[in-house]
Amino acid sequence: MSTSTKLTRRQLLKTFGHLSAVSALGYCANVFSTQRSAGHVVVVGGGFGGATAAKYLKRRHTAIAVTLIEPAPQFYTCPFSNLYLGGLRDFDAQTHGFDELKRLGVHVIQGYVQDVDGVGKTVKLVTGQMINYDKLVLSPGIDIKWNALAGYDQAAAQRAPHAWKAGEQTILLKRQLEAMRDGGVFVMVAPANPYRCPPGPYERASMVAHYLKTHKPKSKILILDAKNNFSKQSLFMDGWKRFYGDMIEWVPAGKDGNVIRVDANQLTVQTEFNVMHKADVLNVIPPQSAGLIAQRAGVTNGSGWVPVKAQTFESSLVPDIYVVGDATIAAPMPKSGFCANAQAKVAAAAIVQALAGQEAPQAFWANTCYSLIAPDYGISVAGVYRVMEGKITEIKGSGGVSPRDANDNIRKLEADYGVAWYNAIAQDTWGTKV
Amino acid sequence: MLSFFVNTPRAQTTFDVTVLAGACANCHGTDGRSPGVIPSLAGRSQSLLSAQMRAYKSDASPVGTTIMNRLAKGYSDEEIEALALYFSQIPADQSVRKKGGG
Repeated sequence: MSTSTKLTRRQLLKTFGHLSAVSALGYCANVFSTQRSAGHVVVVGGGFGGATAAKYLKRRHTAIAVTLIEPAPQFYTCPFSNLYLGGLRDFDAQTHGFDELKRLGVHVIQGYVQDVDGVGKTVKLVTGQMINYDKLVLSPGIDIKWNALAGYDQAAAQRAPHAWKAGEQTILLKRQLEAMRDGGVFVMVAPANPYRCPPGPYERASMVAHYLKTHKPKSKILILDAKNNFSKQSLFMDGWKRFYGDMIEWVPAGKDGNVIRVDANQLTVQTEFNVMHKADVLNVIPPQSAGLIAQRAGVTNGSGWVPVKAQTFESSLVPDIYVVGDATIAAPMPKSGFCANAQAKVAAAAIVQALAGQEAPQAFWANTCYSLIAPDYGISVAGVYRVMEGKITEIKGSGGVSPRDANDNIRKLEADYGVAWYNAIAQDTWGTKV
Repeated sequence: MLSFFVNTPRAQTTFDVTVLAGACANCHGTDGRSPGVIPSLAGRSQSLLSAQMRAYKSDASPVGTTIMNRLAKGYSDEEIEALALYFSQIPADQSVRKKGGG
């Protein structure tokens, strides 16, 4: 690849000029002394994928200039937000900042990327600021496909929250749950595949059930599902029966669980066969696509998701743009925070090699997703992946879900390891120390 | 960063143990230094680490095993050995300066 970067000295000073004198000098000295061989990587998105990419680029090669652009001053994780809904966790514990990345020399910009020019290799912020890149990493997560489910738009989400992007929506759903009468019905609309966090809706149902059992035991949970089966299904159903009796009713698509219309004002939903369900609290987990900037960059295909080269997670459509996390088509890897982090490390290694004119190293990934059914009762699914014949492949004989016959000691260990996983990955991604 | 390259027969591209080890950090902590109840890997002996992984990989995994038996089955014996060597060479204590810089 070309060894020159498009950042001029003047642009660099302009871009990084607001840094303190000492760090700016140190940073620029770094950039200038090695600029020809090191290059500039722009990372869009500060979640599991983006923050990990920025950190591991710097860890692999400090002389690479890395700019991370994220709209929010802090990032709230979806993983463990269900525990907040269940009353087992404060929302503050979901919050992560970018101080470690700054310490590592990543230039963090709080801003919103409006457009990407994959030919000119620039990103444009809403402020009009243009930033050149040698390599771009997009980790935009998901966007909601508004109106893909009739009646579910931005306004509807204020009455019937999705809470599938952590933040205000999560807090809104929690408040509605707290305001619900004892004896009320919590209706969840669960989406067809693919969507962010395959076991997430069912962990949420578990945690809502825990809250209701504790505070409003006459209440019910109705899950109307666009699918006929779901992740860790038998483990969830065993757990629901044991801890929550008949509080949770799951209706698969085959038994008219598929919701085709939402009326957020009336808090009603209509199924394929015209059955109306009335909710006291309505949680709609709607159809999703890759985050908007992926579409703007031209890296999505007709599915709304991003095809990538298996070995590197470089876009199949636009060179020098790498995409990681929930936005990608990476099956059999699930859309999980763990996978986003693992994909970002592989992409970071590939980018460092590419900037030096070298081939990408062999790719390896793993995944572990813990779900909590009740306090001290956790389950998991795991997978190990590599590239075989050009495709991401799960290693035969590896992975799978927790055994159905595991004893309570194992379930307690998996509950504890779930918390330990969260703390470890939060430290690995953002440097958050508990 | 500790980084070394070895060739494995199945690899068409370069094998980089730091990439193989990447996902371990998601539970065992960055560089295998765990911040919580999941055991650290950094600074443990190579023989102990590889014996433990081989035990998980076998059909008779240790009592109390939760997830490592499912994960260990995804790694070849050569990869397990490379991971064990890699983590054994990382000082358990972050304040100790790493060999070969970092």
